[in-house]
Amino acid sequence: MTSYKINKTYGEINDKIKKGDAVVVTAEEIIDIVKEQGPVTAAENVDVVTTGTFAPMCSSGVFINIGQFKPVIRTTKTWFNNVPAYSGVAAVDCFLGATATSEDDPLNKLHPGEFNYGGGHVIHDLVAGKKINLRAESYGTDCYPNRRIEKTITINDLPQAVMCNPRNGYQNYNCAINRSDKIKYTYMGTLKPGIGNANYSTSGQLSPLLNDPFFKTIGIGTRIFLGGAQGYVTWSGTQCKKDVQRSLNGVPLTPAGTIFVMGNLKEMSPEWLVGQSIRGYGVSLSVGLGIPIPILNEEMVKYTAISDDEIFTQIIDYGYDYQQGISKSYGQVSYAELKSGFITIKGEKIQTVPLSSMIKARKIADLLKSSIKRGKFLLGEPQQMF
Amino acid sequence: MYSKILILYFPPVVAQNAVVCYLTKKFDLIFNILGARVSNKKDGYMVLELRGTKSNYQKGVSFLKDQGVRVSTAEQEIWRDMEKCTHCGACTAVCPTGALSIKRPEMEVIFDQEKCSVCELCIFTCPTRAMGLYSKNTDEMMV
Repeated sequence: MTSYKINKTYGEINDKIKKGDAVVVTAEEIIDIVKEQGPVTAAENVDVVTTGTFAPMCSSGVFINIGQFKPVIRTTKTWFNNVPAYSGVAAVDCFLGATATSEDDPLNKLHPGEFNYGGGHVIHDLVAGKKINLRAESYGTDCYPNRRIEKTITINDLPQAVMCNPRNGYQNYNCAINRSDKIKYTYMGTLKPGIGNANYSTSGQLSPLLNDPFFKTIGIGTRIFLGGAQGYVTWSGTQCKKDVQRSLNGVPLTPAGTIFVMGNLKEMSPEWLVGQSIRGYGVSLSVGLGIPIPILNEEMVKYTAISDDEIFTQIIDYGYDYQQGISKSYGQVSYAELKSGFITIKGEKIQTVPLSSMIKARKIADLLKSSIKRGKFLLGEPQQMF
Repeated sequence: MYSKILILYFPPVVAQNAVVCYLTKKFDLIFNILGARVSNKKDGYMVLELRGTKSNYQKGVSFLKDQGVRVSTAEQEIWRDMEKCTHCGACTAVCPTGALSIKRPEMEVIFDQEKCSVCELCIFTCPTRAMGLYSKNTDEMMV
């Protein structure tokens, strides 16, 4: 067992939060604090470090119960504004996924498709309180005779709407380039031929899972900022990988951990759930996500103080390689380099393009910081680690 | 490099003269004709993308006016809906003129309309559809 000079428990930190005495800083602010004070003093002084990220997270969606009708129905197909929701669950339950496209979307028939409306947009419109066309069908049974319903609803008419995102907050992600001679429209944005640009998506030093690289404080039951409300980490995310190559500071060098998160959609806000139309690729949802990292000891404060120049990712080709399942790295770059606007690949200066909003990420970390300081947000102690 | 899309209106007298080629010959400007209808006896118009240094561009436009050509900017221009923009930065991948750029270290997306060539690439690249094409007063004269 490692012994620490500073030892705090979740209970002790929560008591300070309730009294309004907790010292809370963002994951950007902690960097200089640790540089000036050293990790032990910083861990003594700071109780919580807040993080944030705002980017397209395709593996997102909402479990919705649409309520019953007269006569009653057991829905087999459900649509919201003509976007289909999976209905292979109980009577009037369904799951509306962020990447579901509208039934009449021309998709990529005229490439690159525009993808103007889909699941992510319905979710945004629901939390914005907009009117939504709800339509459902059934084959009819003795107990559920109704075969078709159609109604205009708002989120207030829905008995339950629970955000349930199986894979959010990717701990690190590829930097995408295009080595082919044709423009590529990808989920990593538009990639110009001949390595015309290098796209990346992270909030780097502010990113939730990059601030706790070994999941020492993030587990099942961690309370988080999700879409503007308080949500929870409810499981490890799909494709979550802990056994990856890491820098000496412990930060993964490739895509690694993910989290499964849930929260009450009815409490969320349109500012933090925004539908995305990704040209030539499809629709998605940008999710605002923030996690408070408890400073239990000096080790945790060291992790939160890791800055963009110490976080690295791999340059992956989406022109030829990615399609074939090849993940050859064309170089390792730091997020400080990527955020500078240019990186150098084989002596060529290449423009870098972010896809994740730092402006929004910073706002999430600040909002989380102020609600913890005001005693409105308590830490959720994980019940099980991944 | 400065670039703008212009609409040139040629009154009947001017339409008979060679004018546009002098933009290249005299002012080192590169032009790309996006659309045109010019005949010898009638008036005509031409939609032109003009590219060069800013000072040559200004001299070129003055030259056109001196020749009696009416010059206006493209009918439409690009605007950003600040309510919709999330400052993700995806648009900067396709903007050819640098009108859309990132302000560092804040990582805020800046839109400089002066640099915009109204190529419209940002419209369907922006994931939140914050960029749009709007009508503009066509009588507005270029400086």
